[in-house]
Amino acid sequence: MIETTITPSIASRPVYSRLEPRPGKAHLLVADAEGAEAILALAEVAPSGFFDHAHVIHIRKATASTYTERLRGLKPAQFYSGPTYEAAVPRLRRTLLGAHMGLQVYLAGTESLMGQAMQEAAQAGIPYGAIQAEHRGSTARRMQCVHCKGITEDVTTDPFVCSHCGLHLFVRDHYSRRLAAFQGVRVDAEDPGNIPEPVERFR
Amino acid sequence: MTINFNDETFYGDFTFRNSPKAVQRFPFPFPEDSYMYSVNLEPHKSYRPGSVYERTFDVDEHYVAEMKDRARVLADDPLRCQSLPHMTLAGWDLVELIMTAKAEEYPDLFELHRDGDRWRWINRPLGIDDTFTFLDETTLPYGPMEYITRQTQGDFAILDQRDDNLWMDAGMVTTQADWSLDFDIGMNFFEWHAPVPKAHEMGVFVRALKFLLNIQQGAPARRLNWTMTINPLLDTSPENYHKWGAMKQELTAENVGRMMHLRVELQTLFRLPRSNALVFPIRCYLIRLEDLVTVPKWGRRFHRVIRDLPVELATYKGFINNRPKIVEWLSKYDDGAPTSPGIWPD
Repeated sequence: MIETTITPSIASRPVYSRLEPRPGKAHLLVADAEGAEAILALAEVAPSGFFDHAHVIHIRKATASTYTERLRGLKPAQFYSGPTYEAAVPRLRRTLLGAHMGLQVYLAGTESLMGQAMQEAAQAGIPYGAIQAEHRGSTARRMQCVHCKGITEDVTTDPFVCSHCGLHLFVRDHYSRRLAAFQGVRVDAEDPGNIPEPVERFR
Repeated sequence: MTINFNDETFYGDFTFRNSPKAVQRFPFPFPEDSYMYSVNLEPHKSYRPGSVYERTFDVDEHYVAEMKDRARVLADDPLRCQSLPHMTLAGWDLVELIMTAKAEEYPDLFELHRDGDRWRWINRPLGIDDTFTFLDETTLPYGPMEYITRQTQGDFAILDQRDDNLWMDAGMVTTQADWSLDFDIGMNFFEWHAPVPKAHEMGVFVRALKFLLNIQQGAPARRLNWTMTINPLLDTSPENYHKWGAMKQELTAENVGRMMHLRVELQTLFRLPRSNALVFPIRCYLIRLEDLVTVPKWGRRFHRVIRDLPVELATYKGFINNRPKIVEWLSKYDDGAPTSPGIWPD
């Protein structure tokens, strides 16, 4: 099963729901890896002509070409398949820059992808009400180290090692939409050296 | 009224001290012998001459040293002061609020002369005499919020009001009880309070938000909040937690009275006139337990509060591991006698 259930948590922790087609002048769909499944599911219930005004951006990651032909088969007005989120950012920014009122944004896949794309959309002035997000695939987290401010991608264990400063950090549910990241805090701050065994919490 | 400003530090050698007068006016936060969350907001009106409630922005003997500490923290980490682009007007609102209140309430320390939009601000304790154009950022050495909050004790969060919510879109935060402005900036009221245990389920934040959204100009509100801190550290930030967290291990039965501090926040809320934002000053007062128990009522009551505090709260406030030592030490100052209602010394 690829759909992800999120355990209820604190109020800053984002929650996600199923993508649903909404009336709009144009549709921007951004997904990574298994997030493609959410776009394919959306296509099944979308009204005819929906993809005539759609731009689909798919970041393949480990899924390689698994979804490429099926997404292309939806015949979106514009289609892009790229290797990483970073590679897709210039295109995403250019697209948002040219967006008009009435654009609907659909995000699907990992929280890292959705959070960062939401950041870009918000910076471009797209209201949160026009952005939907559906979690699919890996639950790995994008973490900010509260001490050095560096971001560590794809965190699966708790605690984990900050890829910038090397401190051992525990994973909080506290989430910043502005940073598109959860917060990591030194696990042995009160008792230096006393580091618990990492547990795989996300995969 | 004259204030003798202390030459003291809040880090390193920790020379911070409260004079006997400062102890007597300390805002002890417990009106009864137990503690649980409540909204506990009241009008911020002048009350009890000499107390921290007398003036709009209390200036005390720690003023100059606290401003030096703020400058030190900001030099280390400029991200402690941030303002999203739409918040500049609210910063000017804050300049006006603080300057007019201080000049009126402490005329021997501060002066404000206004000639149209040409303003002259004199801050005697810090040796500042600046002339600038109100609403023109280029005439100040910092942005307006940063300029005035480098001269005012307490942290400041400026909250934008929209969509029936409050958004923390600007702040000066160097004396905080373990929360990060850099992480929380841009969050709404429920998001930045998300890590607080229990209070959400109790409906505290829904009620508080309703109250705050309706605060009117000229009718500010206040409340007290508290926690405990090892050593008189103003900067107990998450950013530096890996530096101060280990100090908690240094607590012994022998040094509790000198090392453990009650940390009280006098939180006030003002509606700002031009921006319709709310400013939320969070003023931190520290007192070591040794000084606190010189007021017998406070010694008795504080022992009972700490002893009976629910585990989640003692954990959230960061002293669960040290609680037994603290309670043991405080018990010597509790003879079991009844205490009078209210926060003031008998």
